[in-house]
Amino acid sequence: MVDLCVSLAGVGLQNPVIPASGCFGFGREFAEFYDINLLGAFSFKGTTEEPRFGNPLPRVADCPSGMLNSVGLQNPGMEKVLTEELPFLKTYYHQPLIANVGGFSVREYVSNTARIAAEEQVDIVELNISCPNVQGGGHAFGTSCAAAEEVTKACKAVCPKPLFVKLTPNAANITDIAKAAEAAGADGISLINTLLGMRIDLKRRRPVLANIAGGYSGPGIFPVALRMVYETYAAVRIPIMGMGGVSTARDVIEMMLAGATAVQVGAANLVDPYACKYIIEDLPAVCAELGITRLSEMTGAAHGWSA
Amino acid sequence: MVDVPMLVGANAEIAPGVYRMQLYTDGVALTEELRPGQFVNLKIDGFYLRRPISICDWSHGVLTLVYKAVGEGTRHLSAMEEGAALRVLLPLGNGYTLLPDKQPVLVGGGVGIPPLYYLCKELIRAGQKPTAILGFNTASEVFLQSAFAALCDTILTTVDGSAGVKGFVTDALPKLNPDTSTVYTCGPEAMLRAVFRSVEFSSVQFSFEERMGCGFGACMCCSCKTVTGYKRICKDGPVLRREEILW
Repeated sequence: MVDLCVSLAGVGLQNPVIPASGCFGFGREFAEFYDINLLGAFSFKGTTEEPRFGNPLPRVADCPSGMLNSVGLQNPGMEKVLTEELPFLKTYYHQPLIANVGGFSVREYVSNTARIAAEEQVDIVELNISCPNVQGGGHAFGTSCAAAEEVTKACKAVCPKPLFVKLTPNAANITDIAKAAEAAGADGISLINTLLGMRIDLKRRRPVLANIAGGYSGPGIFPVALRMVYETYAAVRIPIMGMGGVSTARDVIEMMLAGATAVQVGAANLVDPYACKYIIEDLPAVCAELGITRLSEMTGAAHGWSA
Repeated sequence: MVDVPMLVGANAEIAPGVYRMQLYTDGVALTEELRPGQFVNLKIDGFYLRRPISICDWSHGVLTLVYKAVGEGTRHLSAMEEGAALRVLLPLGNGYTLLPDKQPVLVGGGVGIPPLYYLCKELIRAGQKPTAILGFNTASEVFLQSAFAALCDTILTTVDGSAGVKGFVTDALPKLNPDTSTVYTCGPEAMLRAVFRSVEFSSVQFSFEERMGCGFGACMCCSCKTVTGYKRICKDGPVLRREEILW
């Protein structure tokens, strides 16, 4: 028997597999495919104070080993999430829930954090300071240590639950931002959000995305994400949710070896709605093959080597 | 919705750049009900995102897709040989609602015509007598005309007049009574806009195309603003009623 359980900032998960925010909506589309109670947890769609439509279309493009998106935080707004999405989710989902919150100012981040953290259904708040597709929000807080520290400190003050800060790989040094978030009281770090990229339509000689650039996700970013998780694990003491191109049970274990306590799965859900289910079903056999009896022991187990 | 492995049957060019592909399940019986106007999402080897293609026909366990090779993914699809395998997520989207009390007129343009074929068959199965108006640029690009003509009254239009009526589909559209008739349409946006202006009654159903991420409503990549808020073309559409459209 393989023990898949992990403890994430004090929240017990039956396994470390967590669909990533923005790739799983509020769960209902996936519940049409399988019982989502088999997940370790899931992080719902990044929620802002006001409803947002997001960026103009087209806002998706295919890429080698991945995809670009420039959705731009389309979401129904905090009020609708509290009064409609969460009550509906409660009728069919009973595992830990991660609330991903966005914002465009410290005031908005604080307000969103306080409101969502007050919900009994929410176990962890994940602060998205890394969306590459919105102006003046997200990303702007995730690329400056001072801004990351300020917003984390202010949100932690109103968040009695574990607060994870989700970081962008598009910062000069992601470990500096991670250390700033830790110093400001973050209970954990989520990384990485998407890498900024673009595609150009050869026939039309113009960018494919209406927003010109977008976030690159999928298996192509896995090595980059893994390296960043590895470096961040060495730089902070708080737990890490590792993500970026994770598509298989082996990727999950590799991400844990790099230092992740739990692992998020993003784009893979969009090309295969059963991705997380298959990963979770595959984990016991892959662990057995690798001689792993307790998966949680793999966190950071690849550290200690010098170059 | 299921993600099933299917095998390629015939996959032949039926007009310049337009292919008809037949797919059949490898021993698994599909219990899903496929409705006209719905689509499937194909996982093609070597491409990350799936490719959404409308359902042209579905009978006796054989799925027929008619698609245009416009990009790398569909070009790769067009080169797939008989016996090749691919995963198919189906059925997806909100298709056409069949209105039993209204005389149906089907208006299709170019690569928007295929989903109207399955719709035509289902309308006839429901005891209705549809009329089809099929529009192309020129005679050499015409496809599916004889397939429609075998089922119902079919009017062909070409922009250059090289076959059928010269002009656009809207030039061949008869005067319709909103109480007794309705229109089901699919085609390029310019054509849909022309139909929107020509047929000003609420029961008209338009099928849209958009660049999609997942195809099942999760990623929000294909959301469009409508009269009743945003709609995901892949999940709430691709078929929208005229009264929902912000034109």
